[in-house]
Amino acid sequence: MKILVAVKRVIDYNVQVRVKEDGTGVVTDNVKMSTNPPDDNAVEEAVKIKESGKAKEIVAITIGEEKAQETVRKALAVGADRGIHVKVEGVVEPLAVSKILQKIVDKEKPDLVFMGKQAIDDDCNQTGQMLAALLGWPQATFASKINVKDSSLEVTREVDEGLETIEVNIPAIVTCDLRLNEPRYASLPNIMKAKKKPLEQINASDLGVDTKARIEQIKVEEPPKRKAGIKVANVSELVQKLKNEAKVI
Amino acid sequence: MSVLLIAEHNNKELRPFTYNAVSAACKIDEDLHILVLGNKSESVAKSASEIPKVKKVIHVDNEIYENFIAENYTAAIIKHVDTYSHIVCSANTFGKNLMPRIAALLDTSQVSDVIKVISADTFLRPIYAGNAFATVKSNDKKKCVTIRPTSFEPALATGGSAEIVKSEPGEAFKNSKFVKREEIKSDRPELGTARIVISGGRGMQNSDNFKLISAIADKLNAAIGASRAAVDAGYITNDHQVGQTGKVVVPDLYIAVGISGAIQHLAGMKESKIIVAINKDGEAPIFSIADYGLEADLFEALPQFLEELNKLNTIQK
Repeated sequence: MKILVAVKRVIDYNVQVRVKEDGTGVVTDNVKMSTNPPDDNAVEEAVKIKESGKAKEIVAITIGEEKAQETVRKALAVGADRGIHVKVEGVVEPLAVSKILQKIVDKEKPDLVFMGKQAIDDDCNQTGQMLAALLGWPQATFASKINVKDSSLEVTREVDEGLETIEVNIPAIVTCDLRLNEPRYASLPNIMKAKKKPLEQINASDLGVDTKARIEQIKVEEPPKRKAGIKVANVSELVQKLKNEAKVI
Repeated sequence: MSVLLIAEHNNKELRPFTYNAVSAACKIDEDLHILVLGNKSESVAKSASEIPKVKKVIHVDNEIYENFIAENYTAAIIKHVDTYSHIVCSANTFGKNLMPRIAALLDTSQVSDVIKVISADTFLRPIYAGNAFATVKSNDKKKCVTIRPTSFEPALATGGSAEIVKSEPGEAFKNSKFVKREEIKSDRPELGTARIVISGGRGMQNSDNFKLISAIADKLNAAIGASRAAVDAGYITNDHQVGQTGKVVVPDLYIAVGISGAIQHLAGMKESKIIVAINKDGEAPIFSIADYGLEADLFEALPQFLEELNKLNTIQK
């Protein structure tokens, strides 16, 4: 079995994001970037499946500017076998990302495609489902547990009501939740070894996919600030404030 | 222009967020139709027809819709979208799973998690866990939009009598199968719509200590929430998680107990009307957004809190 894992480079989840003064976006200069957190879970799960002997090859792919390949190198350092970097400048919407991934799936013919359920930059939560639709494949989204069977996957999904279990036939798309596993850290020797693993670069334009934005970003602004609150001295003051000032209880 | 709203339900009744989605959809265009896909779901179609803002209900009833499998839903929805300018549903796990599958087949770039409808093609949506708001304009002919339900008031549920039109199902998708659903039953209000939410974080230390939270929740008729750290540690089940990748809540009162206030948690609760933080670390970031902060050991503060509530003559529920 072959697993394709898609990873995205985003502003690190610990960074306090700041809006640019001109309203064109958020500040990314000199800001720490890293792999989108649930994409790390997707890589980890693929590696675990390979370690269990159920998969032969893991291909990690990213789409983005030159530096995006750092995320593929990281995937290679924790166990992916080879990488693909589809080069494209600027913002690529999930629809275009899924079209690019569709082209790569046509070429690579993986049995499974894994990725995080949502990117923490645009918070769209679309790409996996869109790719599944374009390929006509089943989708197992928000996965917190994956059981690999002979020709199918049993996937536990995190939904608003609790947990749901579905079975999808392979080939399938899985989008991963943060609770799926605990991503491992890459060891220094493995980081060094990853530098020798093959990483193919492809220009998005060579794939014949139109990556032009369909959604115009008119402006980006700071959300309204909450006005500063107060500290109360004790519980009884808190209850009095809630009752008589805020009038919420 | 007309809008097709995909109903979320349990085959017996509409899920509460469908009413919020109705309000949002009406702001796009008042010619609003609802599509109900279910199994033995006549009562759902009837409830939908009673919403005064709904002009028409399209009802497709077939066993393949029993468990809301997105692949089956999509095939049916695609058959019904021709005359509509917008396809809308809630941005909860139901809509997040479903809408992109529809959008891709319509070759539409979806607008996710809208918190304000500015015009029929322009919307406000949070990005970066709500640390920035983006105004976006969709240039696609047919627009696929998911709306954040808690950002819109629920529409009036009764008084209308829209026509119900029966329609044919789409093709069944063979490669996905529903196995089971572990729904956590609770007598408490739903987290997403509760007027008061009390949440526990890593500071709760174990699942047993959540009893301190539930005692107060019972008293206030509140829903129970949790930070990702508390869910990850196994103190409480995932359906309680509030945050960027969990649920977004906007209650009148949000009480954060033993929660430090990571960006990812704030994304799910910072629009609450009144925020209370109880934490023994006075430097915890949660205090920067709290209306009332209490720097205290939660194991002392929570029993006192319950005692003080018991002293009150009346409590709003």
